[in-house]
Amino acid sequence: MTAFTGTGSLARLIVRRDRVLLPIWMLFLAVLPLSLASGTATLYKTDAERQGYIDDLGSSPLLLLFYGTKPTDPNLGALIFWRSATGMVIMALIGVLFVIRHTRVEEEAGRRELLGATVVGRHAAVAAALVTMAGASLIVGVLVALGMMSQDTPAAGAFAMGLAWAAAGILFGAIGAVTAQLSEGAGAARGIGIAALGVAFGLRGAGDVTTGLSWLTWVSPLGWIYNVHAYAGDHWWVFGVIAVATAAVTVLALRLSARRDVGAGLLPPRLGPASAAPSLSSPLALAWRLHRGSLYGWLVGLGVVGGLLFGGVAKTSADLLADNEELTQIMQRIGGRSGAADVFLAGTLGLGAIAVAAYGISAALRMRTEEAALRSEALLATGVSRLRWAASHLVFAFLGPTVVMLVTGLAAGLFYGATTGDIGREVPRVLGGALVQLPAIWVLAALTVAVFGLTPRRAPAIGWAALSVCVVLGQIGAALQLSQALLDVSPFTHIPRVPGGPVTVVPLLVLTVIAIVLVVAGLAGFRRRSVPVT
Amino acid sequence: MENSISVAGLVKRFGQTTALDGLDLTVAQGEVHGFLGPNGAGKTTTIRILLGLQRADGGTVRLLDGDPWHDAVSLHRRLAYVPGDVTLWPNLSGGEVIDLLGRLRGGLNPARRNELLERFDLDPRKKGRAYSKGNRQKVGLIAALASDVELLLLDEPTSGLDPLMEEVFRQVIAEEKGRGRTVLLSSHILSEVEALCDRVSIIRQGRTVETGTLTQLRHLTRTFISAELSTPPNGLASLPGVHDLHVEANQVRLQVDSAQLDTVLRQLTSHGVRSLVSQPPTLEELFLRHYETEPAK
Ligand SMILES: Nc1ncnc2c1ncn2[C@@H]1O[C@H](COP(=O)(O)OP(=O)(O)O)[C@@H](O)[C@H]1O
Ligand SMILES: [Mg+2]
Repeated sequence: MTAFTGTGSLARLIVRRDRVLLPIWMLFLAVLPLSLASGTATLYKTDAERQGYIDDLGSSPLLLLFYGTKPTDPNLGALIFWRSATGMVIMALIGVLFVIRHTRVEEEAGRRELLGATVVGRHAAVAAALVTMAGASLIVGVLVALGMMSQDTPAAGAFAMGLAWAAAGILFGAIGAVTAQLSEGAGAARGIGIAALGVAFGLRGAGDVTTGLSWLTWVSPLGWIYNVHAYAGDHWWVFGVIAVATAAVTVLALRLSARRDVGAGLLPPRLGPASAAPSLSSPLALAWRLHRGSLYGWLVGLGVVGGLLFGGVAKTSADLLADNEELTQIMQRIGGRSGAADVFLAGTLGLGAIAVAAYGISAALRMRTEEAALRSEALLATGVSRLRWAASHLVFAFLGPTVVMLVTGLAAGLFYGATTGDIGREVPRVLGGALVQLPAIWVLAALTVAVFGLTPRRAPAIGWAALSVCVVLGQIGAALQLSQALLDVSPFTHIPRVPGGPVTVVPLLVLTVIAIVLVVAGLAGFRRRSVPVT
Repeated sequence: MENSISVAGLVKRFGQTTALDGLDLTVAQGEVHGFLGPNGAGKTTTIRILLGLQRADGGTVRLLDGDPWHDAVSLHRRLAYVPGDVTLWPNLSGGEVIDLLGRLRGGLNPARRNELLERFDLDPRKKGRAYSKGNRQKVGLIAALASDVELLLLDEPTSGLDPLMEEVFRQVIAEEKGRGRTVLLSSHILSEVEALCDRVSIIRQGRTVETGTLTQLRHLTRTFISAELSTPPNGLASLPGVHDLHVEANQVRLQVDSAQLDTVLRQLTSHGVRSLVSQPPTLEELFLRHYETEPAK
């Protein structure tokens, strides 16, 4: 067992490092089914109503792709297990990313080597990441189960559902541990891990959507998890399959990790070109190489998947309310002409904007990473001026989020328009809703630039703290009944609710001007200060 | 233009720490100048000020007849810098980094680039993360040496290179000197500086303690002599500049200040020299003397 020595202390280190991120995603996922359940329970009271609702949603193959086959029993629990299935996919995604983050990323950064030289067993790093992921998944699972029980659903179903959610995180965490062994770079490991999840999702989806191909869902690890069918049969034995698979994959990951050297990958590292393409001859070309991966990631993640989800769910959330006269009226009063769907769209686009602001901040912080790693020094000692170097990164910090919001708005608009049958009307409205968010996003990226220019060591802390403040004020500020003056601190408070509400131009202009002032201040500071500050 | 670099009374503070405390440095055009000092002496800080990356708190700095802070970009096109710790982008190959840095400096000589790749035995296709410390250093060196520039600023460039590659580095620098390039070579390795440099500045705690040609500096050092004579010597002890004298019958061992070498040798030959071993002065000694006499704070 000496191979596992130190697993406990490494696990504690992981929890400490992720003490902010970990509770946030755990809580977010844990309350997702609960909030869905309480909303649905008030609207669809009888089995017949719920069956009608299920048939309604189930007529769309796209929704089946995400939700899986329709439940065989229209009880509330089964409906929620089915409707919230995307949460299990998110659990799986987090499993992959979390384990890679605490294994391969550490190794690539050289921190693993530091630890490896202390009293830490061969398997400890992988085991610690898996144990932590399993612990977090089980806690989410228990919270999901308790939440579902609080909605008067049967305990057996609630626990089957909670366990299915947990199993998604645990099984895909183990898969992430395997992909982390393959390549030297964390980026490639993530790519392989996400591709594996994508294949699992695709196989399962194909099996669920296509009649006669349902066996495909048994080929996919994600399919097993969907096939638990909590509240509609509670197929406990599927957990046996999942447990065996998880054990096998874990053993594989440990074997692979023990066989290779620290820092090395099992796949031979890919060689690059012996000389640079003619285009690689400016700071901007270099910045493109450094930023394009995350830009693609955000475009696909938020722009396409998120956009489609926002657009797709807007219709269902509107339908959800269509039967309820009173609620519809209230919604129309807050939400303007198109009511519920608009409120939903404006809200989700606002949430998406927060995520995109995180992208803007991280792109701006890339300058800090480059500086601290001493890579900017080499460039600034050539014929590249400081402003030109900074500008090459700012393009991505500001235009990157702009493009992502544009694609998000287009995707959501097209999809929502397709479900309502009026693309011509919906695309510009939804796109507008996405684009009005930009000034707030820019302000956060610009604040990061300002801090980078003036007091660089604080840039990461202040950038992320500002985003956290916006999240808190935006998401729970109203519930906490915070004063308007406090809420006004967040730039997102000043963004008009579009689509549905009126577009107020003045706040957008003011925010844009604030962003410009912050960037100018940051650049002025950067031109004047020493480089590199380490 | 006579001097490529002239620095006088340079002061740089980082909060409480005074990194440079009145440093002087003059590098003539076309010379290879050794910039010697122990870790933390202020070599990197000086070079960063020469690059206009950091601003001096006092003193005057001229680089290629320009002001490093104000004329940074135009000056940078005429020089190449190799940092002490070359860091690469993990997803760019070594060859890409060499080309990129060369192009940003205003172009590099492809034939020279390929020749250097071969001589330094570097595979340019590996990605940044796959290189060892020594190979990263080679990437920086090749990018600098293949650029057509007047001045090379090298900050401890051989750290991490194996002895074989250090030898290649010495040959290449000798060639660069032949081409008339000016080189400022910071180092704490004496043999390297001795082998390559025309003139040397030795700094300690942010101040220049010695500067001059190797010959001039050697005058400050002592030569060790061991001789067997025909007759027992006398009068050696009273000669100026003689230290650590040991006489055993006809055997003599002593150290002599290089300036007094001639007098001492005359005295020895007057006793008939049967065999003579003399060890030339090394910078090492000079170095040690400076750092021993003033204990670090
Ligand atoms: N950015 C900085 N902040 C604080 N102190 C620094 C900084 N850079 C250098 N120093 C200090 O200045 C002194 C000279 O450092 P440096 O120029 O790196 O020496 P060398 O290159 O000769 O080893 C050291 O005492 C070092 O700790
Ligand atoms: Mg140094």
